[in-house]
Amino acid sequence: MMRMKSTDYKALSVSIVLLLIAICLPWIVGDFALTLAVNMAMFTVLATSWALFSGPTHYISLATAAFFGLGAYTMGLGVDHLPFWLLVILAGLFGAIMAGIIGLATLRLSGVYFVIFTLGLAEMTRQIITYIQNATGQKGILISIWFEESTFYWMLVALAALIFLVGWLIGRSRLGFALRIIGDDEEVARHSGINTALSKVLLFMIPGSVAAMSGAIIAPRYGYIEPLIAFTPMLSFQVVIMALLGGTGRLWGPLAGVIPFSILWELISASFPNQTTLLLGLSFLIIVYLLPQGFVGLLLKIRAKIGDGRGY
Amino acid sequence: MSDHRTVLSLQGVTKRFGGLIAVNDLDFDVAEHEVLGLIGPNGSGKSTTMNLISGALSVSEGEIALRGQVISDLPPHKIARRGVARTFQLVRMLPSMSVMENVMAGGVFGHRRRWGRDAERQVMKMLELVGLDRRANARPSELTYIDTKRVELARVLVGDPKVLLLDEWLAGLNPTELEEGIALVKQLRDEGRTIVLVEHVMDAIRSLCDRCVVMSSGQKIAEGATEQVLSDPEVIRAYLGEDDA
Repeated sequence: MMRMKSTDYKALSVSIVLLLIAICLPWIVGDFALTLAVNMAMFTVLATSWALFSGPTHYISLATAAFFGLGAYTMGLGVDHLPFWLLVILAGLFGAIMAGIIGLATLRLSGVYFVIFTLGLAEMTRQIITYIQNATGQKGILISIWFEESTFYWMLVALAALIFLVGWLIGRSRLGFALRIIGDDEEVARHSGINTALSKVLLFMIPGSVAAMSGAIIAPRYGYIEPLIAFTPMLSFQVVIMALLGGTGRLWGPLAGVIPFSILWELISASFPNQTTLLLGLSFLIIVYLLPQGFVGLLLKIRAKIGDGRGY
Repeated sequence: MSDHRTVLSLQGVTKRFGGLIAVNDLDFDVAEHEVLGLIGPNGSGKSTTMNLISGALSVSEGEIALRGQVISDLPPHKIARRGVARTFQLVRMLPSMSVMENVMAGGVFGHRRRWGRDAERQVMKMLELVGLDRRANARPSELTYIDTKRVELARVLVGDPKVLLLDEWLAGLNPTELEEGIALVKQLRDEGRTIVLVEHVMDAIRSLCDRCVVMSSGQKIAEGATEQVLSDPEVIRAYLGEDDA
């Protein structure tokens, strides 16, 4: 369970090969595919970090947009004064602090109350920024730096690799084990000596921090940010759908959801630009009904049927 | 009798739920290596008392001390870390985890903390003790009822607790299983564990408990050596008085 087993080495080598392929992608594919790949990399980052917390604990967070927007605005406001990379780190720090505060306030809430709170929080943040901008007569923020599409891509792939590493380490740590116990039965967790509130808050800070960093990295790609772009609630829902489609039971699960969904999303928004929200909702229903455990669950079920015996 | 052998001591412990007094001014001590039975008719406050000791509920008045240190103002996870481990009236398994991980949950964060190989070794030792070492990789859903009880027992034992709280651990077993269950707890007693158990099964109480505290309507009505307490007229009245307990 905690040692490196042969399956660990296998997983590690597969991950390295996939990472190398991902790194080489910009030299292989065309412009259109690269744009799609940037989106995929971004959603891989967001969905994987989201699942690190929400997977084991079953707390569904709809606050991704709040953290993402916080990061984007950190970049927007600071880009003329501080170096880019420093702002990305600062955004990560702000995201972690904000998640810590929200966590302390809300993680004692159970299930549905937490979902509603996080959604409300994202909306409230957006409204506050809009209000401030209106009051100061400002419309949005121009971001004066610009990168090649491939640079955005590589930055996000690097962040994704980092998250996979962190996720893998957490999965082997006491904290990861504690989170799984909490997800199964919080009462047992408490009486086994786990500080459930602290564990949840600590782990909630990861997706918060990561979403803020992604927002900071991607902000120059927009060129111009305003609340509706930076805090779009659609983002929070997309992340949840992709993570659930892939399945949160494994570290690679969300990735298995991000790739097909990004392609599907691209097709939908190109062909039916006015019905995207409707179709998004529909796909959400279908996923929840047909694939409650996502692709991961489906795969494990098939494997169990074949008689591998190990199941999970 | 708070001498150096006292492990757990309750003093004037009271629990109110609004106007209802569930536990009223309860005192008792548990000595080292002792098996103390907490008995009484349904609704007499036994389980509430267990919940107060483990911190699942907070005391309204009074104090609970573990080896002289007050624990009744601590949250449950800190009480667990001090060395109080409990089972639950309705068995609580961690459904997504293997038997091995279910047991390990009790030994990683609690009183005695282990991790890695060391933890796995200890888990296997406990599984052997409860007779489940061959089912280490099974899922809880594949186990029989008594086997889930065994898993729960292994989970509380793995952290090497100072006090073991068994809340109706023998309830719901068929006669054969009950015999096995009693033998298992007896083994723990012979190892010198300190145990508080809430129990209804008289055979179990007779064969396991060194001493008993009898509760009725939240109050202690008798305390003493098991046989003596069970023949106390007031205890008999408390039990028989409630015809359909």
